Amino acid sequence: MSTPVERVEPVAAEFTAEDKPWQAIVWNDPVNLMSYVTYVFQKLFGYSREQATKLMLDVHHKGRAIVSSGSKEKVEGDVAKLHAAGLWATMQHES
Amino acid sequence: MIPWERVGDTVTTKVDRQESAVLRTVVQQIDEMLKDRQAEAPQDELAELTGIRTGPTTAPDDPILSRLLPDFHRLDNEDADKQDRDSAAALRSLHEPELLDLKTGVAGVLLDTCPPGGGVVELSLEQADAWLSALNDVRLALGTTLGVSEDMPDQLPDDDPRAPHLGIYHWLTWMQESLVAALTGADG
Repeated sequence: MSTPVERVEPVAAEFTAEDKPWQAIVWNDPVNLMSYVTYVFQKLFGYSREQATKLMLDVHHKGRAIVSSGSKEKVEGDVAKLHAAGLWATMQHES
Repeated sequence: MIPWERVGDTVTTKVDRQESAVLRTVVQQIDEMLKDRQAEAPQDELAELTGIRTGPTTAPDDPILSRLLPDFHRLDNEDADKQDRDSAAALRSLHEPELLDLKTGVAGVLLDTCPPGGGVVELSLEQADAWLSALNDVRLALGTTLGVSEDMPDQLPDDDPRAPHLGIYHWLTWMQESLVAALTGADG
């Protein structure tokens, strides 16, 4: 983690449902290979081998993992890329 | 077939005539299913005018296509409400045309680079990624048909009609695993 140059004042924003980040979720399935899923996470999101492996193991053992979050547009694009790679991904509002 | 080998920015393997025929056949079958789905997309003048294509709003009935073209939201659990279903319909319509282009595109790369009579397969890293996606798509398709589960046996009894297909599935699994290993250097 880098040190922020400017101190950011906490903002007491009024959060509405629209402001809540979206999340891309990958679900476990019996076909996708562990090595391939790890490779896809590294390739699509720039995660290190360690980060990608941890997320892959979460998918494998817990049945799902949140692999990215942010604006609706960003997460929508991420899910589209995961679908292109053949992973079972969906998006949801953070709860 | 021998394991994939990476030298610099090239990955290579060899396939014999029969292996190439099997691989090309399963990839062509998926490619045709995807192209049939493409042909079902609604045609409208506005889309032709603006270039913004729209796909169908509902998931395919076919279990293989439905696995290859998933919904953007989980609609199969109790929490799914009308808002989720409407949103999933809109997102499918928006994204499915491009997803179909990508999937038929990777199938095309594989068919262009896998010699029909067998021989050396030589791929750039970009082509290798296309092969990974194409191999994954055919494994998803076969896995769906075979009802593959986490504890799928290596072999089914000889009288099980799925037995020969499971052999192909495991072979494709080995081929994909080997290609990932070659690309990531995990094979030492």
